[in-house]
Amino acid sequence: MSLLKVQNLQVRYPRSDGAVVENLSFSIQKGECLGLVGESGSGKTQTAMAIMGLLPTNAKIGGSVLIEQTEILGASTATLNQIRARRIAMVFQDPLSALNPYICIGSQLQRILLEHKFCPPNEAVQRVLAMLTKVGLPDPDRQFRVFPHQLSGGMRQRVMIGAALLGAPDLLIADEPTTALDVTVQAQVLTLLASIREETDAALLLITHDLSVVAGHCDRLLVMDRGRLVEEGKTAKIFASPSSDKMKALLAVAPRIDRNAPTTQAGDDVVLDARDISVGFKERRLGGHKNLHAVRSTDISLRRGETLAIVGESGSGKTSLVRALVGLIPTTGVVSFLGDRLAATVGARTALQHRNLQMIFQDPLASLNPAMRIVNIVAEPLIVHGENTQAQATATAMLARVGISSEYLYRFPHELSGGQAQRVAIARALILKPAVLICDEAVAALDGTVQEEILNLLQAEQAQSGVAIVFITHDLAVVRQLGHRVAVMYMGRLCEVADNDALFSRPRHPYTRALLDAVPVPDPDIQSTHRSLIGEVGSILSPPSGCPFHPRCEHAIVMCSDRLPDFREEPFGSVACHRADELDLGY
Amino acid sequence: MLRYACLRVLGAIPTLLLVIAIAFLMVHAAPGGPFDSERVLPPDIAANIERAYHLDEPLSQQFFRYLQGLVQGDLGPSFRYRDYRVSDIIGDAFPQSMRLGALSMLLAFVVGVSLGIAAALRKNTLFDRLISGVAMIGISVPIFVVAPLMVLVFAVLLDWLPASFASGNGASRFILPVIALALPQIAYITRLTRASLIEVLQSDYIRTARAQGLKSASIIRYHAIKPAMLPLLSYLGPAIAAVLTGSVVVEQVFGIPGVGQFFISGAVNRDYTLALGITIFYAAIVIALNLVVDLLYGYLDPRTRAR
Repeated sequence: MSLLKVQNLQVRYPRSDGAVVENLSFSIQKGECLGLVGESGSGKTQTAMAIMGLLPTNAKIGGSVLIEQTEILGASTATLNQIRARRIAMVFQDPLSALNPYICIGSQLQRILLEHKFCPPNEAVQRVLAMLTKVGLPDPDRQFRVFPHQLSGGMRQRVMIGAALLGAPDLLIADEPTTALDVTVQAQVLTLLASIREETDAALLLITHDLSVVAGHCDRLLVMDRGRLVEEGKTAKIFASPSSDKMKALLAVAPRIDRNAPTTQAGDDVVLDARDISVGFKERRLGGHKNLHAVRSTDISLRRGETLAIVGESGSGKTSLVRALVGLIPTTGVVSFLGDRLAATVGARTALQHRNLQMIFQDPLASLNPAMRIVNIVAEPLIVHGENTQAQATATAMLARVGISSEYLYRFPHELSGGQAQRVAIARALILKPAVLICDEAVAALDGTVQEEILNLLQAEQAQSGVAIVFITHDLAVVRQLGHRVAVMYMGRLCEVADNDALFSRPRHPYTRALLDAVPVPDPDIQSTHRSLIGEVGSILSPPSGCPFHPRCEHAIVMCSDRLPDFREEPFGSVACHRADELDLGY
Repeated sequence: MLRYACLRVLGAIPTLLLVIAIAFLMVHAAPGGPFDSERVLPPDIAANIERAYHLDEPLSQQFFRYLQGLVQGDLGPSFRYRDYRVSDIIGDAFPQSMRLGALSMLLAFVVGVSLGIAAALRKNTLFDRLISGVAMIGISVPIFVVAPLMVLVFAVLLDWLPASFASGNGASRFILPVIALALPQIAYITRLTRASLIEVLQSDYIRTARAQGLKSASIIRYHAIKPAMLPLLSYLGPAIAAVLTGSVVVEQVFGIPGVGQFFISGAVNRDYTLALGITIFYAAIVIALNLVVDLLYGYLDPRTRAR
């Protein structure tokens, strides 16, 4: 007897051709962990919403969703409210927007208990505290009165999971539960979900685009593509011998760190050399301000044709560092660029320097002017730099080079897909033939296959033009694929800079090793070395003394909390760790 | 919180000074003076009067004299209502305006928020369209059309209620002016509440609450009302200030001796001190209410609180 039985589920919307979910049938057994994978737009979330009875009222729904004997589709709100929280509970992708920002978290959890009468009102607070403890919130008494924005992303997701578990549901649906989180926190949340399953025997429907997340956790997999179920079976079997083309494609592009480093060769001449870069902000407070050091005395250099990948978790200062290089935020330090000193602010730089330093951003649609046509967007930099005559023709050629065909020339950005928009952004950046291209999480918002295409495009452009690339990312698999050299940042400082192969096989900084350990691999057979890093990134408003990483470091000794380690530059790889020479962190 | 409030009050002083300076200059820049009338005064009498009110002094000296009085809480003598200080006039008139305004805003808030919530919950139904349509009329038809019409219907034709404030007694004389003053506010508040609640109901955290199996009524009461009230709060600050300090039209139509009436007569008669005094009084109330709104914001939206 299955716990949940979905039969011929169909979801379509008026004024759109084709169904978003088409003829979908599957079932979930008691206590099972089922993975549902697919790219964005494949109908995963619509399926989850249908199970929760949360589809918008204009959706045309067909088929049947049974939770044991109860039909969910078409059920009254009263019936649904008996099922929600008690039988099925859900965890959403972005815990910041999924929690009410105006109500403290304890009260939000308490509301669920009171509404469903899960316990007598006078026991509710105790129950909430017990749940917060269970999902791993430190100091639950204090956290009860805390508002969502005061918590880190990982802690928020723990609260969401706690809220979902209050009714002891038989089925927990987690929709991209770790997508918005940093890699070390992702590992912690996945561990929490696994331990909850062991403890409560609840079934889990884990929805994700990330094959490496399901590889280590799910017994069985469903693969969806454009609303249809294209493959179903045991996880190990699907990974070993996928039968559908979609799954084969997903596996082929799944970013993994056990792949090979790029094969292109970097040049020898240094194009950009930044010394002692610091970026500070003033955090305004009542009656004064506090200094916030986003980046502290960091050195970065870049050679022609080289890709330097800067990796770090949110709050590591990687974005501040490149914004400072581009001149968007004030900085101290010396940057020499193509042999000349680069002025700190954009306004003081020469036109030639501007041409030679270009940038692309994470959200391609937001970085293209919505009121301009594609060809004009790409031609604009030429016109700004006084090359009016051939601007349109050059732009057309450039767009063809990045794979945007001529039918798109006169369209507007919103008519493009995310991948196409990022191609346009790349064309706009490269049309001036820059010496350095800075990419800030340029593929983070894109699906696996599209991500792969964009990375290939960047590598092809680099091979052709010799452009040096600074690539910021939180994704180590992208680093592995793209970076000649890798810089690891933590709380505004460099931990380690090393060549790609060296970093991935013989990390020298404990933080690098912890990051590598946290990355899940899209392969059910390689999930053994999972050791979660404890804790979360500290506050840069009050950084720890000594080495910023020492509170989370398993190798820390007394000296680490006393003295900041020097960043020792060595030809084969630089590191800032007191114990770098004695520790062997290699694989 | 207290520290923040004190800082804000101190911060209001430059704003107030600027208002005073601009108002002072504008009042004096207007053509004519308080003692011009059809009958031309003999020059020596005119000079005497000007001297008595210090109008012969240079403008800067008059300004500082005025500020000096202001610091001591004295808004000066009225030029038109002889033997009255401006402070006394405001002191007599303001309670009249305030009573009316407070009742109107209370009515507008209760009715507007209720209608707004009702419309938002029945978005795009006939009921919602009806409410929104009527609210649109309420906003677009000016009060000087509505108020006399109400008098015509309810006082003259039906004779249910007194036509003017002075001629009636008891609570009944409040009904027409309060409703007349409240109608456009009801319309605004209804529309604001409706739009803001619809937006809140589409947010992710409401979806979460539904996924948690909370009843619609609890979702509205517990999760949605507070955030939906925030845009309304920003509107209510200035709106309350405007309504409390008296509506010229309503006071005129119903014959209520409120601040609004004196404001107009002060401006028309070039009663410098009266017009200035009421302007400053109004500015102070606006500033004070904005402070209250900001403090309430901090209470309602934890993200804006100073950590």
